[in-house]
Amino acid sequence: MKVLVPVKRVVDYNVKVRVKADGTGVDIANVKMSMNPFDEIAVEEAVRLKEKGVVTEIVAVSCGVTQCQETLRTAMAIGADRAILVETDAELQPLAVAKLLKALVEKEQPQLVILGKQAIDDDCNQTGQMLAALTGMPQGTFASKVEAVDGGVAVTREVDGGLETVKLGLPAVITTDLRLNEPRYVTLPNIMKAKKKTLDVVKPADLGVDVTPRIKTLKVTEPAKRSAGIKVPDVATLVGKLKNEAKVI
Amino acid sequence: MAVLVIAEHDHGSLKGATLNTITAGLACGGDVHVLVAGHNAGAAASAASQVAGVAKVLHADGASLAEGLAENVAAQVLAIASGYSHILFPATAGGKNVAPRVAALLDVAQVTDITKVLSPDTFERPIYAGNAIATVQATDAVKVITVRTTGFDAAAQGGSAPVEAVSAVADSGKSSFVGRETTKSDRPELTAAKIIVSGGRALGSSDKFNEVLTPLADKLGAALGASRAAVDAGYAPNDWQVGQTGKIVAPQLYIAAGISGAIQHLAGMKDSKVIVAINKDPEAPIFSVADYGLEADLFAAVPELVSSL
Repeated sequence: MKVLVPVKRVVDYNVKVRVKADGTGVDIANVKMSMNPFDEIAVEEAVRLKEKGVVTEIVAVSCGVTQCQETLRTAMAIGADRAILVETDAELQPLAVAKLLKALVEKEQPQLVILGKQAIDDDCNQTGQMLAALTGMPQGTFASKVEAVDGGVAVTREVDGGLETVKLGLPAVITTDLRLNEPRYVTLPNIMKAKKKTLDVVKPADLGVDVTPRIKTLKVTEPAKRSAGIKVPDVATLVGKLKNEAKVI
Repeated sequence: MAVLVIAEHDHGSLKGATLNTITAGLACGGDVHVLVAGHNAGAAASAASQVAGVAKVLHADGASLAEGLAENVAAQVLAIASGYSHILFPATAGGKNVAPRVAALLDVAQVTDITKVLSPDTFERPIYAGNAIATVQATDAVKVITVRTTGFDAAAQGGSAPVEAVSAVADSGKSSFVGRETTKSDRPELTAAKIIVSGGRALGSSDKFNEVLTPLADKLGAALGASRAAVDAGYAPNDWQVGQTGKIVAPQLYIAAGISGAIQHLAGMKDSKVIVAINKDPEAPIFSVADYGLEADLFAAVPELVSSL
Protein backbone atom coordinates (compact mmCIF):
# COMPACT_ATOMS: atom_id res chain seq x y z
CA MET A 1 0.00 0.00 0.00
CA LYS A 2 0.97 3.61 -0.43
CA VAL A 3 1.55 5.87 2.59
CA LEU A 4 1.45 9.65 2.72
CA VAL A 5 3.50 11.25 5.51
CA PRO A 6 3.02 14.98 6.12
CA VAL A 7 6.01 16.63 7.85
CA LYS A 8 6.39 20.14 9.28
CA ARG A 9 9.44 22.37 9.56
CA VAL A 10 9.48 23.87 13.06
CA VAL A 11 11.87 25.60 15.46
CA ASP A 12 14.18 22.91 16.83
CA TYR A 13 12.85 21.51 20.09
CA ASN A 14 16.06 22.41 21.94
CA VAL A 15 15.73 26.12 21.14
CA LYS A 16 14.35 28.32 23.90
CA VAL A 17 12.20 30.69 21.88
CA ARG A 18 11.91 34.39 22.61
CA VAL A 19 8.82 36.51 22.23
CA LYS A 20 9.33 39.57 20.01
CA ALA A 21 9.33 42.89 21.87
CA ASP A 22 6.47 44.25 19.74
CA GLY A 23 4.22 41.32 20.69
CA THR A 24 3.62 40.23 17.09
CA GLY A 25 4.98 36.74 17.53
CA VAL A 26 7.96 34.62 18.39
CA ASP A 27 11.38 35.52 17.00
CA ILE A 28 12.31 32.70 14.63
CA ALA A 29 14.84 34.60 12.51
CA ASN A 30 18.21 32.83 12.61
CA VAL A 31 17.13 30.03 14.92
CA LYS A 32 17.75 26.38 14.12
CA MET A 33 14.82 24.70 12.35
CA SER A 34 14.21 20.95 12.25
CA MET A 35 11.58 18.40 11.42
CA ASN A 36 8.82 18.31 14.05
CA PRO A 37 9.79 15.42 16.38
CA PHE A 38 6.39 13.70 16.10
CA ASP A 39 6.74 13.78 12.29
CA GLU A 40 10.11 12.03 12.47
CA ILE A 41 8.30 9.27 14.34
CA ALA A 42 5.67 9.22 11.57
CA VAL A 43 8.30 8.84 8.84
CA GLU A 44 10.09 6.15 10.85
CA GLU A 45 6.83 4.19 11.26
CA ALA A 46 6.15 4.37 7.53
CA VAL A 47 9.66 3.12 6.80
CA ARG A 48 9.27 0.26 9.29
CA LEU A 49 5.98 -0.75 7.65
CA LYS A 50 7.79 -0.74 4.32
CA GLU A 51 10.57 -2.91 5.75
CA LYS A 52 7.90 -5.36 6.94
CA GLY A 53 6.54 -5.53 3.40
CA VAL A 54 3.21 -3.91 4.28
CA VAL A 55 3.96 -0.66 2.47
CA THR A 56 5.27 -0.26 -1.06
CA GLU A 57 5.71 3.50 -1.44
CA ILE A 58 6.18 6.39 1.00
CA VAL A 59 5.39 9.93 -0.13
CA ALA A 60 6.48 12.75 2.19
CA VAL A 61 4.59 16.05 2.02
CA SER A 62 5.29 19.44 3.53
CA CYS A 63 3.36 22.71 3.28
CA GLY A 64 5.08 26.05 3.68
CA VAL A 65 8.07 28.10 2.60
CA THR A 66 10.79 27.01 0.12
CA GLN A 67 13.09 25.93 2.98
CA CYS A 68 10.66 23.08 3.81
CA GLN A 69 12.53 21.27 1.03
CA GLU A 70 15.27 20.59 3.60
CA THR A 71 12.71 18.90 5.86
CA LEU A 72 11.52 16.79 2.92
CA ARG A 73 15.12 15.81 2.09
CA THR A 74 15.47 14.65 5.70
CA ALA A 75 12.31 12.56 5.34
CA MET A 76 13.74 11.00 2.17
CA ALA A 77 17.05 10.34 3.95
CA ILE A 78 15.12 8.41 6.61
CA GLY A 79 13.48 6.38 3.84
CA ALA A 80 10.63 8.20 2.07
CA ASP A 81 10.62 7.43 -1.67
CA ARG A 82 9.61 10.84 -2.99
CA ALA A 83 8.32 14.16 -1.79
CA ILE A 84 5.84 16.92 -2.54
CA LEU A 85 6.16 20.51 -1.34
CA VAL A 86 3.07 22.69 -1.31
CA GLU A 87 4.90 25.98 -1.49
CA THR A 88 3.49 29.19 -0.03
CA ASP A 89 4.68 32.09 2.10
CA ALA A 90 1.21 32.48 3.60
CA GLU A 91 0.52 31.63 7.24
CA LEU A 92 -0.95 28.14 7.26
CA GLN A 93 -3.34 27.02 9.97
CA PRO A 94 -4.34 23.38 10.58
CA LEU A 95 -7.65 23.61 8.67
CA ALA A 96 -5.85 24.96 5.58
CA VAL A 97 -3.16 22.27 5.82
CA ALA A 98 -5.85 19.59 6.20
CA LYS A 99 -7.52 20.88 3.02
CA LEU A 100 -4.22 20.89 1.11
CA LEU A 101 -3.55 17.35 2.29
CA LYS A 102 -7.06 16.29 1.31
CA ALA A 103 -6.38 17.48 -2.24
CA LEU A 104 -3.15 15.47 -2.30
CA VAL A 105 -4.91 12.41 -0.84
CA GLU A 106 -7.42 12.57 -3.69
CA LYS A 107 -4.57 12.75 -6.20
CA GLU A 108 -2.24 10.16 -4.66
CA GLN A 109 -4.87 7.76 -3.24
CA PRO A 110 -2.78 6.52 -0.27
CA GLN A 111 -4.18 3.76 1.97
CA LEU A 112 -2.65 5.32 5.07
CA VAL A 113 -1.75 8.85 6.09
CA ILE A 114 0.60 9.01 9.09
CA LEU A 115 1.06 12.38 10.82
CA GLY A 116 2.60 13.53 14.08
CA LYS A 117 0.06 14.10 16.84
CA GLN A 118 0.99 17.76 17.19
CA ALA A 119 3.54 20.30 16.02
CA ILE A 120 5.72 21.71 18.79
CA ASP A 121 5.34 25.31 17.60
CA ASP A 122 1.57 25.96 17.54
CA ASP A 123 0.82 22.92 19.81
CA CYS A 124 -2.53 22.55 18.02
CA ASN A 125 -3.06 18.79 17.73
CA GLN A 126 -5.68 19.15 14.99
CA THR A 127 -4.41 18.46 11.46
CA GLY A 128 -4.69 14.65 11.45
CA GLN A 129 -8.20 14.66 12.86
CA MET A 130 -9.27 17.38 10.41
CA LEU A 131 -7.84 15.49 7.45
CA ALA A 132 -9.67 12.35 8.57
CA ALA A 133 -12.92 14.32 8.82
CA LEU A 134 -12.55 15.98 5.41
CA THR A 135 -11.70 12.73 3.62
CA GLY A 136 -14.25 10.67 5.57
CA MET A 137 -11.53 8.36 6.82
CA PRO A 138 -11.41 6.78 10.30
CA GLN A 139 -8.69 8.05 12.63
CA GLY A 140 -6.26 6.45 15.04
CA THR A 141 -4.81 9.31 17.06
CA PHE A 142 -1.94 9.24 19.62
CA ALA A 143 -0.77 5.87 18.34
CA SER A 144 1.79 3.91 20.34
CA LYS A 145 1.48 0.76 18.20
CA VAL A 146 0.34 0.17 14.63
CA GLU A 147 -0.26 -3.27 13.16
CA ALA A 148 -1.61 -4.26 9.78
CA VAL A 149 -4.46 -6.69 10.34
CA ASP A 150 -6.87 -8.38 8.01
CA GLY A 151 -8.41 -5.62 5.88
CA GLY A 152 -7.29 -2.75 8.09
CA VAL A 153 -4.99 -1.53 10.81
CA ALA A 154 -5.09 -2.07 14.56
CA VAL A 155 -3.95 1.06 16.38
CA THR A 156 -3.11 1.11 20.09
CA ARG A 157 -3.73 4.62 21.36
CA GLU A 158 -2.42 6.45 24.41
CA VAL A 159 -5.44 7.76 26.29
CA ASP A 160 -5.90 9.23 29.78
CA GLY A 161 -5.71 6.31 32.18
CA GLY A 162 -4.02 3.78 29.92
CA LEU A 163 -4.15 2.39 26.41
CA GLU A 164 -6.96 1.49 24.07
CA THR A 165 -6.95 -0.37 20.79
CA VAL A 166 -9.18 0.38 17.82
CA LYS A 167 -9.42 -1.30 14.45
CA LEU A 168 -9.70 0.99 11.44
CA GLY A 169 -10.83 0.17 7.93
CA LEU A 170 -8.62 1.47 5.10
CA PRO A 171 -7.90 4.12 4.01
CA ALA A 172 -7.18 5.60 7.43
CA VAL A 173 -5.38 8.44 9.20
CA ILE A 174 -2.96 7.75 12.05
CA THR A 175 -1.25 10.30 14.30
CA THR A 176 1.88 9.30 16.20
CA ASP A 177 2.65 9.57 19.89
CA LEU A 178 6.17 9.64 21.31
CA ARG A 179 6.36 6.00 22.23
CA LEU A 180 5.45 4.61 18.81
CA ASN A 181 9.11 4.18 17.88
CA GLU A 182 12.57 5.66 18.08
CA PRO A 183 13.47 7.35 14.80
CA ARG A 184 16.74 6.23 13.24
CA TYR A 185 19.66 8.55 12.61
CA VAL A 186 20.13 9.53 9.01
CA THR A 187 23.42 8.38 7.59
CA LEU A 188 25.61 10.31 5.17
CA PRO A 189 25.13 7.86 2.26
CA ASN A 190 21.35 8.14 2.74
CA ILE A 191 21.55 11.94 2.79
CA MET A 192 23.42 11.75 -0.53
CA LYS A 193 20.85 9.33 -1.98
CA ALA A 194 18.00 11.55 -0.82
CA LYS A 195 19.34 14.37 -2.98
CA LYS A 196 18.60 12.30 -6.08
CA LYS A 197 15.00 11.46 -5.13
CA THR A 198 12.07 13.31 -6.75
CA LEU A 199 10.73 16.43 -5.05
CA ASP A 200 7.70 17.99 -6.76
CA VAL A 201 6.58 21.52 -5.97
CA VAL A 202 2.96 22.66 -6.24
CA LYS A 203 1.10 25.79 -5.13
CA PRO A 204 -2.07 25.92 -3.00
CA ALA A 205 -3.86 27.47 -6.00
CA ASP A 206 -2.93 24.40 -8.13
CA LEU A 207 -4.81 22.32 -5.58
CA GLY A 208 -7.75 24.72 -5.53
CA VAL A 209 -7.44 25.43 -1.83
CA ASP A 210 -8.07 28.76 -0.10
CA VAL A 211 -5.58 29.00 2.76
CA THR A 212 -6.84 32.23 4.34
CA PRO A 213 -6.31 32.03 8.14
CA ARG A 214 -9.52 31.76 10.19
CA ILE A 215 -7.90 32.64 13.48
CA LYS A 216 -6.28 36.03 14.00
CA THR A 217 -3.35 36.27 16.37
CA LEU A 218 -3.86 39.58 18.16
CA LYS A 219 -0.70 39.44 20.24
CA VAL A 220 1.92 37.12 21.67
CA THR A 221 3.31 37.72 25.12
CA GLU A 222 5.77 36.18 27.55
CA PRO A 223 4.14 33.90 30.10
CA ALA A 224 3.94 35.33 33.61
CA LYS A 225 7.24 34.86 35.36
CA ARG A 226 7.29 32.92 38.60
CA SER A 227 8.72 34.97 41.43
CA ALA A 228 12.19 33.82 42.39
CA GLY A 229 12.24 31.00 44.90
CA ILE A 230 14.73 30.21 47.58
CA LYS A 231 17.05 27.33 48.30
CA VAL A 232 16.60 25.65 51.63
CA PRO A 233 19.54 24.06 53.45
CA ASP A 234 17.83 20.93 54.76
CA VAL A 235 14.64 18.87 54.94
CA ALA A 236 13.54 20.32 58.28
CA THR A 237 13.58 23.84 56.88
CA LEU A 238 11.69 22.67 53.79
CA VAL A 239 8.94 21.09 55.88
CA GLY A 240 8.76 24.22 58.04
CA LYS A 241 8.40 26.46 54.98
CA LEU A 242 5.73 24.26 53.40
CA LYS A 243 3.74 24.17 56.63
CA ASN A 244 4.07 27.72 57.86
CA GLU A 245 4.89 29.89 54.85
CA ALA A 246 3.21 28.22 51.86
CA LYS A 247 0.62 26.39 53.99
CA VAL A 248 0.21 23.64 51.42
CA ILE A 249 0.68 20.63 53.71
CA MET B 1 -26.46 32.25 21.40
CA ALA B 2 -25.82 29.09 23.35
CA VAL B 3 -22.78 27.07 24.32
CA LEU B 4 -22.51 23.30 23.94
CA VAL B 5 -20.13 21.49 26.28
CA ILE B 6 -19.24 17.91 25.41
CA ALA B 7 -19.06 15.95 28.67
CA GLU B 8 -16.26 13.56 29.43
CA HIS B 9 -17.60 10.74 31.54
CA ASP B 10 -17.20 7.05 32.32
CA HIS B 11 -20.94 6.45 31.88
CA GLY B 12 -21.47 6.31 35.65
CA SER B 13 -20.09 9.72 36.59
CA LEU B 14 -18.72 12.90 35.07
CA LYS B 15 -14.95 13.30 34.78
CA GLY B 16 -13.60 16.32 36.63
CA ALA B 17 -12.42 17.91 33.37
CA THR B 18 -16.06 18.44 32.36
CA LEU B 19 -16.61 20.78 35.32
CA ASN B 20 -13.71 23.05 34.32
CA THR B 21 -15.00 23.10 30.75
CA ILE B 22 -18.46 24.17 31.96
CA THR B 23 -16.83 27.13 33.75
CA ALA B 24 -15.12 28.12 30.49
CA GLY B 25 -18.48 27.73 28.72
CA LEU B 26 -20.16 30.10 31.17
CA ALA B 27 -17.37 32.64 30.51
CA CYS B 28 -18.26 32.55 26.79
CA GLY B 29 -21.77 33.81 27.62
CA GLY B 30 -25.19 32.41 26.78
CA ASP B 31 -26.93 29.27 28.00
CA VAL B 32 -24.68 26.29 28.61
CA HIS B 33 -25.98 22.93 27.41
CA VAL B 34 -24.09 19.71 28.12
CA LEU B 35 -24.04 16.74 25.77
CA VAL B 36 -23.62 13.36 27.43
CA ALA B 37 -23.04 10.86 24.64
CA GLY B 38 -22.65 7.25 25.65
CA HIS B 39 -24.38 3.96 26.27
CA ASN B 40 -26.33 3.48 29.52
CA ALA B 41 -24.87 6.74 30.77
CA GLY B 42 -27.99 7.96 32.53
CA ALA B 43 -26.07 8.39 35.79
CA ALA B 44 -23.55 10.68 34.09
CA ALA B 45 -26.38 12.68 32.52
CA SER B 46 -28.09 13.20 35.87
CA ALA B 47 -24.74 14.20 37.40
CA ALA B 48 -24.40 16.81 34.65
CA SER B 49 -27.87 18.15 35.40
CA GLN B 50 -26.80 18.92 38.97
CA VAL B 51 -23.90 21.16 37.98
CA ALA B 52 -24.52 24.83 38.70
CA GLY B 53 -24.92 26.96 35.59
CA VAL B 54 -26.02 24.18 33.25
CA ALA B 55 -29.29 25.09 31.50
CA LYS B 56 -29.98 21.78 29.79
CA VAL B 57 -28.47 18.33 29.45
CA LEU B 58 -28.76 16.47 26.16
CA HIS B 59 -28.44 12.74 26.60
CA ALA B 60 -27.68 10.60 23.57
CA ASP B 61 -27.80 6.91 24.39
CA GLY B 62 -26.76 4.32 21.84
CA ALA B 63 -24.43 1.35 21.36
CA SER B 64 -22.51 3.35 18.73
CA LEU B 65 -21.40 5.74 21.49
CA ALA B 66 -20.39 3.14 24.07
CA GLU B 67 -16.64 3.39 23.51
CA GLY B 68 -16.34 7.03 22.49
CA LEU B 69 -15.08 6.33 18.96
CA ALA B 70 -14.17 9.66 17.34
CA GLU B 71 -16.11 8.98 14.14
CA ASN B 72 -19.37 8.34 16.00
CA VAL B 73 -19.02 10.99 18.70
CA ALA B 74 -18.17 13.67 16.09
CA ALA B 75 -21.24 12.68 14.08
CA GLN B 76 -23.34 12.90 17.26
CA VAL B 77 -22.08 16.41 18.03
CA LEU B 78 -22.72 17.47 14.45
CA ALA B 79 -26.27 16.13 14.61
CA ILE B 80 -27.16 18.63 17.33
CA ALA B 81 -24.65 21.41 16.54
CA SER B 82 -26.96 23.84 14.80
CA GLY B 83 -27.95 26.76 16.98
CA TYR B 84 -24.77 26.76 19.05
CA SER B 85 -22.22 29.55 18.77
CA HIS B 86 -19.60 27.69 20.81
CA ILE B 87 -18.79 23.98 21.06
CA LEU B 88 -16.40 23.22 23.90
CA PHE B 89 -14.47 20.06 24.70
CA PRO B 90 -12.11 19.46 27.60
CA ALA B 91 -8.52 19.28 26.29
CA THR B 92 -8.17 15.65 27.33
CA ALA B 93 -7.18 12.73 25.11
CA GLY B 94 -10.89 12.25 24.38
CA GLY B 95 -11.66 15.91 23.63
CA LYS B 96 -8.58 16.42 21.49
CA ASN B 97 -9.48 13.34 19.48
CA VAL B 98 -12.98 14.54 18.55
CA ALA B 99 -12.95 18.37 18.53
CA PRO B 100 -10.89 18.90 15.33
CA ARG B 101 -13.05 16.36 13.54
CA VAL B 102 -16.16 18.36 14.44
CA ALA B 103 -14.51 21.65 13.45
CA ALA B 104 -13.42 20.40 10.04
CA LEU B 105 -16.89 19.01 9.30
CA LEU B 106 -18.35 22.44 10.14
CA ASP B 107 -15.58 24.02 8.04
CA VAL B 108 -14.40 26.17 10.93
CA ALA B 109 -11.03 26.54 12.64
CA GLN B 110 -10.52 25.03 16.08
CA VAL B 111 -8.85 26.74 19.03
CA THR B 112 -6.75 24.34 21.12
CA ASP B 113 -6.10 24.43 24.85
CA ILE B 114 -7.52 27.82 25.82
CA THR B 115 -6.47 29.06 29.25
CA LYS B 116 -8.58 32.22 29.38
CA VAL B 117 -11.74 33.62 27.76
CA LEU B 118 -11.28 37.34 27.06
CA SER B 119 -14.51 37.78 25.09
CA PRO B 120 -16.85 35.39 23.26
CA ASP B 121 -14.45 35.28 20.29
CA THR B 122 -11.08 36.06 21.89
CA PHE B 123 -9.04 33.61 23.89
CA GLU B 124 -5.60 33.08 25.36
CA ARG B 125 -3.67 29.90 24.65
CA PRO B 126 -0.09 28.79 25.23
CA ILE B 127 2.17 28.03 22.26
CA TYR B 128 5.77 26.78 21.96
CA ALA B 129 5.43 24.46 24.96
CA GLY B 130 4.09 27.27 27.12
CA ASN B 131 7.01 29.61 26.37
CA ALA B 132 4.65 32.15 24.80
CA ILE B 133 1.01 33.04 25.30
CA ALA B 134 -1.00 33.91 22.18
CA THR B 135 -4.16 36.01 22.25
CA VAL B 136 -6.27 34.76 19.36
CA GLN B 137 -9.54 35.80 17.80
CA ALA B 138 -11.67 33.19 16.07
CA THR B 139 -13.39 34.70 13.04
CA ASP B 140 -15.70 31.78 12.23
CA ALA B 141 -19.39 31.88 13.14
CA VAL B 142 -19.07 28.77 15.28
CA LYS B 143 -16.19 28.49 17.72
CA VAL B 144 -14.95 24.96 18.32
CA ILE B 145 -12.62 24.97 21.30
CA THR B 146 -10.71 22.64 23.59
CA VAL B 147 -10.30 23.91 27.15
CA ARG B 148 -7.15 23.46 29.22
CA THR B 149 -8.79 22.31 32.41
CA THR B 150 -6.11 23.71 34.73
CA GLY B 151 -6.90 27.20 33.40
CA PHE B 152 -10.44 27.23 34.84
CA ASP B 153 -11.98 26.42 38.23
CA ALA B 154 -14.37 23.49 38.46
CA ALA B 155 -18.06 24.42 38.28
CA ALA B 156 -19.93 23.98 41.56
CA GLN B 157 -22.81 21.62 42.34
CA GLY B 158 -26.35 22.86 42.92
CA GLY B 159 -28.01 22.94 39.51
CA SER B 160 -31.19 21.25 38.45
CA ALA B 161 -31.20 21.26 34.66
CA PRO B 162 -33.69 19.22 32.67
CA VAL B 163 -32.31 16.17 30.87
CA GLU B 164 -33.55 15.81 27.31
CA ALA B 165 -33.02 12.63 25.33
CA VAL B 166 -31.67 13.02 21.80
CA SER B 167 -31.48 10.17 19.34
CA ALA B 168 -28.10 8.53 18.96
CA VAL B 169 -26.35 8.37 15.59
CA ALA B 170 -25.83 5.11 13.75
CA ASP B 171 -22.39 3.48 13.84
CA SER B 172 -20.06 4.79 11.11
CA GLY B 173 -18.77 1.30 10.38
CA LYS B 174 -15.33 2.81 9.75
CA SER B 175 -13.74 1.87 13.03
CA SER B 176 -14.36 -0.55 15.85
CA PHE B 177 -13.27 -0.85 19.46
CA VAL B 178 -10.94 -3.75 20.26
CA GLY B 179 -9.88 -3.39 23.87
CA ARG B 180 -8.59 -1.25 26.70
CA GLU B 181 -5.79 -1.58 29.21
CA THR B 182 -6.40 0.68 32.18
CA THR B 183 -3.62 1.55 34.56
CA LYS B 184 -4.89 0.61 38.01
CA SER B 185 -4.47 3.29 40.61
CA ASP B 186 -6.19 4.07 43.87
CA ARG B 187 -4.49 7.45 44.04
CA PRO B 188 -6.12 10.75 43.13
CA GLU B 189 -6.30 11.43 39.41
CA LEU B 190 -3.16 13.25 38.27
CA THR B 191 -4.88 16.23 36.67
CA ALA B 192 -7.21 16.73 39.64
CA ALA B 193 -4.76 16.08 42.50
CA LYS B 194 -3.99 18.81 45.03
CA ILE B 195 -0.50 17.47 45.60
CA ILE B 196 1.72 15.69 43.09
CA VAL B 197 4.96 13.88 43.77
CA SER B 198 6.88 13.49 40.56
CA GLY B 199 10.05 11.57 39.80
CA GLY B 200 12.65 11.69 37.07
CA ARG B 201 15.47 9.66 35.62
CA ALA B 202 17.55 10.04 38.78
CA LEU B 203 15.37 7.41 40.48
CA GLY B 204 17.27 4.81 38.47
CA SER B 205 14.73 1.98 38.31
CA SER B 206 11.07 1.16 38.56
CA ASP B 207 11.64 -0.47 41.98
CA LYS B 208 13.45 2.56 43.33
CA PHE B 209 10.77 4.84 41.90
CA ASN B 210 8.09 3.04 43.88
CA GLU B 211 10.22 2.44 46.95
CA VAL B 212 11.26 6.08 47.33
CA LEU B 213 8.27 8.07 46.09
CA THR B 214 5.28 5.93 47.10
CA PRO B 215 5.70 6.51 50.87
CA LEU B 216 5.86 10.27 50.30
CA ALA B 217 2.79 10.22 48.05
CA ASP B 218 0.94 8.08 50.61
CA LYS B 219 1.85 10.44 53.42
CA LEU B 220 0.62 13.48 51.48
CA GLY B 221 -2.36 11.82 49.80
CA ALA B 222 -0.71 12.83 46.55
CA ALA B 223 -0.83 11.59 42.97
CA LEU B 224 2.36 10.25 41.43
CA GLY B 225 3.78 11.83 38.29
CA ALA B 226 6.88 11.34 36.20
CA SER B 227 9.11 13.06 33.70
CA ARG B 228 9.34 11.77 30.16
CA ALA B 229 12.80 10.38 30.88
CA ALA B 230 11.42 8.27 33.73
CA VAL B 231 8.53 7.04 31.59
CA ASP B 232 10.74 6.21 28.60
CA ALA B 233 13.11 4.29 30.87
CA GLY B 234 10.13 2.25 32.07
CA TYR B 235 10.22 3.49 35.69
CA ALA B 236 6.61 4.69 35.54
CA PRO B 237 3.56 4.07 33.32
CA ASN B 238 3.17 6.55 30.50
CA ASP B 239 -0.07 8.09 31.70
CA TRP B 240 1.88 9.46 34.66
CA GLN B 241 3.89 11.66 32.33
CA VAL B 242 3.70 15.36 33.09
CA GLY B 243 4.70 17.72 30.30
CA GLN B 244 3.95 19.18 26.91
CA THR B 245 3.08 15.79 25.47
CA GLY B 246 1.69 14.29 28.65
CA LYS B 247 -0.60 15.69 31.30
CA ILE B 248 -0.81 19.40 32.09
CA VAL B 249 -1.20 19.81 35.85
CA ALA B 250 -1.57 22.73 38.25
CA PRO B 251 -1.75 21.35 41.80
CA GLN B 252 -1.32 23.25 45.05
CA LEU B 253 2.02 21.55 45.61
CA TYR B 254 4.28 19.90 43.04
CA ILE B 255 7.31 18.04 44.34
CA ALA B 256 9.87 17.29 41.61
CA ALA B 257 12.41 14.72 42.76
CA GLY B 258 15.35 14.03 40.50
CA ILE B 259 13.85 15.97 37.60
CA SER B 260 16.20 18.34 35.76
CA GLY B 261 13.38 20.49 34.38
CA ALA B 262 13.52 20.40 30.56
CA ILE B 263 11.21 22.98 28.95
CA GLN B 264 8.88 20.21 27.79
CA HIS B 265 8.42 19.13 31.44
CA LEU B 266 8.05 22.69 32.74
CA ALA B 267 5.26 23.24 30.18
CA GLY B 268 3.23 20.67 32.06
CA MET B 269 3.63 21.90 35.64
CA LYS B 270 4.79 25.48 35.87
CA ASP B 271 1.33 26.76 36.79
CA SER B 272 1.47 24.79 40.04
CA LYS B 273 0.95 27.00 43.10
CA VAL B 274 4.06 25.87 44.96
CA ILE B 275 6.91 23.96 43.36
CA VAL B 276 9.51 22.08 45.37
CA ALA B 277 12.61 20.76 43.65
CA ILE B 278 14.88 18.13 45.14
CA ASN B 279 17.96 17.67 43.01
CA LYS B 280 21.64 17.24 43.66
CA ASP B 281 22.67 19.23 40.59
CA PRO B 282 22.76 22.91 41.62
CA GLU B 283 22.59 23.93 37.94
CA ALA B 284 19.38 21.99 37.16
CA PRO B 285 16.87 24.28 35.38
CA ILE B 286 14.09 23.07 37.71
CA PHE B 287 15.54 25.37 40.39
CA SER B 288 14.66 28.40 38.27
CA VAL B 289 10.92 27.72 38.69
CA ALA B 290 11.00 26.16 42.17
CA ASP B 291 9.67 28.13 45.12
CA TYR B 292 11.71 25.93 47.44
CA GLY B 293 14.79 24.17 46.18
CA LEU B 294 16.63 21.53 48.15
CA GLU B 295 20.04 20.67 46.81
CA ALA B 296 20.41 17.13 48.06
CA ASP B 297 20.53 13.47 47.13
CA LEU B 298 16.88 12.47 46.77
CA PHE B 299 17.57 8.97 48.12
CA ALA B 300 18.42 10.55 51.47
CA ALA B 301 16.18 13.61 51.34
CA VAL B 302 12.88 11.98 50.37
CA PRO B 303 12.88 9.35 53.17
CA GLU B 304 13.87 12.11 55.62
CA LEU B 305 10.98 14.19 54.32
CA VAL B 306 8.59 11.26 54.82
CA SER B 307 9.69 10.71 58.40
CA SER B 308 9.45 14.38 59.31
CA LEU B 309 5.89 14.78 58.01
